[in-house]
Amino acid sequence: MRAVEVAGIGIHPFGRHGDRTVTDMGVTAVRGALAEAGVGRGGFQAAFCGTAYGGVATGHKVLGALGMTGMPIVDVEAGCASGSAALMLASSAIAAGQYDTVVVLGVEKMPKGIIRSSFFEPWQEEAGLAATPAYFALRAARLMATSGVTKDHLAAVVVKNRRQGVGNPDAMFRAEVTAEDVLGSRLVCEPLHLWMLCSPNEGAAAVVLRAAGSSGARPGAGAGPAPVRLAAAVLRSHLPGAVLSESTPLAGLVDDSVVPPTTLAARVAYEMAGVGPEDLHVVECQDTDAARELLSYEELGLCAPGAAADLLDSGATSLGGRLPVNPSGGLLSKGEPLGASALGQVVELVRQLRGEAGPRQVPGARVALSHTVGRGANAGVVVLTR
Amino acid sequence: MPVRAGLFVEGPPPALLAGHCRGCANHHFPRQPVCPYCSAETVDEVLLRGPGRLWVHTAVTAAPPGYEGEVPYGFGVVELPEGLRVVGRLTEAEPARLRPGQPMVLAVVPLHVDDEGREVLTYAFAPGDTEPRDR
Ligand SMILES: [Zn+2]
Repeated sequence: MRAVEVAGIGIHPFGRHGDRTVTDMGVTAVRGALAEAGVGRGGFQAAFCGTAYGGVATGHKVLGALGMTGMPIVDVEAGCASGSAALMLASSAIAAGQYDTVVVLGVEKMPKGIIRSSFFEPWQEEAGLAATPAYFALRAARLMATSGVTKDHLAAVVVKNRRQGVGNPDAMFRAEVTAEDVLGSRLVCEPLHLWMLCSPNEGAAAVVLRAAGSSGARPGAGAGPAPVRLAAAVLRSHLPGAVLSESTPLAGLVDDSVVPPTTLAARVAYEMAGVGPEDLHVVECQDTDAARELLSYEELGLCAPGAAADLLDSGATSLGGRLPVNPSGGLLSKGEPLGASALGQVVELVRQLRGEAGPRQVPGARVALSHTVGRGANAGVVVLTR
Repeated sequence: MPVRAGLFVEGPPPALLAGHCRGCANHHFPRQPVCPYCSAETVDEVLLRGPGRLWVHTAVTAAPPGYEGEVPYGFGVVELPEGLRVVGRLTEAEPARLRPGQPMVLAVVPLHVDDEGREVLTYAFAPGDTEPRDR
């Protein structure tokens, strides 16, 4: 299998962008990634586009607007992990020798408020069972019931991520908040308050992947930034039986031993990359809600089961700590454009590994992990190294 | 009328229409032709009447997409003696008035009145004082 590297990254800031279409935003991100990689028209052999709400042939619209079509363009939907799924497909194809250079993009333009999803049956909506934040709240409540996590910890995650997001020009929210602000925001579903939930929004991100050592750059292009190795890009779905799984079943078994999809993906990603959680220097993880970040600590093996509150309290996961988590500000600061969120994490981590992350730089970062999980269930884990 | 056919029987007493797999002996809900745990096609329909115990709960304070009933409403998971954890509405919308582990009975509750004037019903769990039988 051939090694795969990230040759270029591009991003359209996450936020609210009025009349800008998914095509407009995707074009911005793809142009940025192509320019960094020194790749132009004819310089890539396939494209994978992560999107959940973009509609038919989103990837074709973006690349068509750039006059760069003819190669296979595949839209990939895997909920919050759509970008991870696109990365998995692209990197596998390069590793297998099918392509040398592939564009991976993610784009989304989401409505405000609770997201309506075709995932639920109409009767589930009618019965009030399609209440997405309520499932997040039940997961949070179980975490609190089975570990030392309190509502103060949930607020502390938001305070941490919003503080880190101040340094990210691509984030939607760039103002610090206090725990009092968070706990004083409207109660959505006990124990989750409004500011503990990320905002669905709009944005795009893209990367150019290529076979390590291959000369994908067009003649005359600059040397560009040092490449970052894509050491693993893994997608997994859920196993049956867990009632609070992101697959949102209506029932599950009285069995707490079902391995969550994040853990399934992480185990494979660590093995592929030849690293363990103790080797990581920086992590971007799914913080759809504040409790989800703490759950991710456990599911990714960043701490022992039940020890997420201790890890947060220790300061290890804050910028300046042993293993900063969500230095970009996370989805709590950036907002969550579903199809773009995983690639947004990868853009952040490539910047971190190149030493280009400015005020939020993790000094000396060489091993980074990106994690997304959501409806399906889909869980994506990506490991990047330099 | 039920919000969906094949989900529950109105009773009294009400019951959930669940599946029981002859292959792995697990229950699932709603009933499906294939067992979601072991893929066996030997699934029998069974009625689950409760009572159960509250496992985790919250309340929904804003109407989610496609929902026309009242808010707030309770939302949670109840463990049934058959080894099944079931997601459902709770009749108690104030989380502080419920505690995990307390007995919950099955109920059928109105959601809203549809365009043709029919009352749409769903299953829900209500606080009860009947102790569930041991598994
Ligand atoms: Zn079975």
